[in-house]
Amino acid sequence: MTMTTANPLTIAGTPLGSRLVMGTGGAASLLALADALTASGTELTTVAMRRVARPAPGAAAGDTSVWAMLERLGIRALPNTAGCFTVREAVLTAQLAREACGTDWIKLEVIADDVTLLPDPAGTVEAARILVDDGFTVLPYTNDDPVTARHLADAGCAAVMPLGSPIGSGLGIANPRNIEAIAAASPVPVILDAGIGTASDAALAMELGCDGVLLATAVTRAADPARMARAMRLAVQAGYDAAHAGRTPRREHALASSPTDGRVAVNLDLAL
Amino acid sequence: MTTVPTEQTAVVNGEPYPLDGPVPVTELVARLVPEVVVDGVPQGVAVAVDDAVVPRGAWDRTEIRPGMRVEVVTAVQGG
Repeated sequence: MTMTTANPLTIAGTPLGSRLVMGTGGAASLLALADALTASGTELTTVAMRRVARPAPGAAAGDTSVWAMLERLGIRALPNTAGCFTVREAVLTAQLAREACGTDWIKLEVIADDVTLLPDPAGTVEAARILVDDGFTVLPYTNDDPVTARHLADAGCAAVMPLGSPIGSGLGIANPRNIEAIAAASPVPVILDAGIGTASDAALAMELGCDGVLLATAVTRAADPARMARAMRLAVQAGYDAAHAGRTPRREHALASSPTDGRVAVNLDLAL
Repeated sequence: MTTVPTEQTAVVNGEPYPLDGPVPVTELVARLVPEVVVDGVPQGVAVAVDDAVVPRGAWDRTEIRPGMRVEVVTAVQGG
């Protein structure tokens, strides 16, 4: 039994064959990115929306080739609203993404400021409501706050995506109790988004009850992106299986795992 | 950086864009990013005029005129 066939991550009725969502930001080259995406096993990949560059004479196609690459790899694109600081910017960017990418799925980001890159909870909830009303399947990036997560689910979001720690920090999950609380209470899938540094962070997210993990920097800026992508794929699967395997309870004191009966006896009195 | 539109120019992606006359969105996109046009249809590009998205089906009949603010965007690596 594998998680792929037995119990896939399902978002808005669409099953995904992997619980790892990979971002495309930060890759050194398209070739390295393609190798990492393939090694990660991801079926959903974030892309950003940006102004097209003015053509230089004789220049090859620029970033538009990321689009062709995803089509070639058969990976679904999840456009985001990265870099948006207001509800209005985020809504317009989402609407442009729907036109450009031919999908109504959107990773909603309304960022509070460009120093912390933390989500603006009020703006995120407001934008989520507008986009849900406009027919979008909204996957919002949010703080590790159970109450904001509840508001986003109530607004009709298809998932909630709390941060582990700030974007690109690689600090892992700063507040595991909150992530666990969000995952326990959420009526929609919870995808840990941002802050993953290494494979054990991804495994922990799944063990805390998350339904998936979204990461980019940890893979794209690793010394060997494809190898780290593979590590992340295995970690997400390991964490998911561990979370659903029924772990042994924690104990204050030791508990022998070998039988206590039938041990070899030595006359300790003589030895002393 | 904000560029103030004049009577003879539109603002395309934040830069002045000289216009001899009205230009349909389809033609503007083909001029800006000819490499994304496959079989006559631009791939992976979206357009907003004055903060409103112009659906692909309305590109031919939507003309860019002086003073309009146009955004032409595409998907890039990110997130």
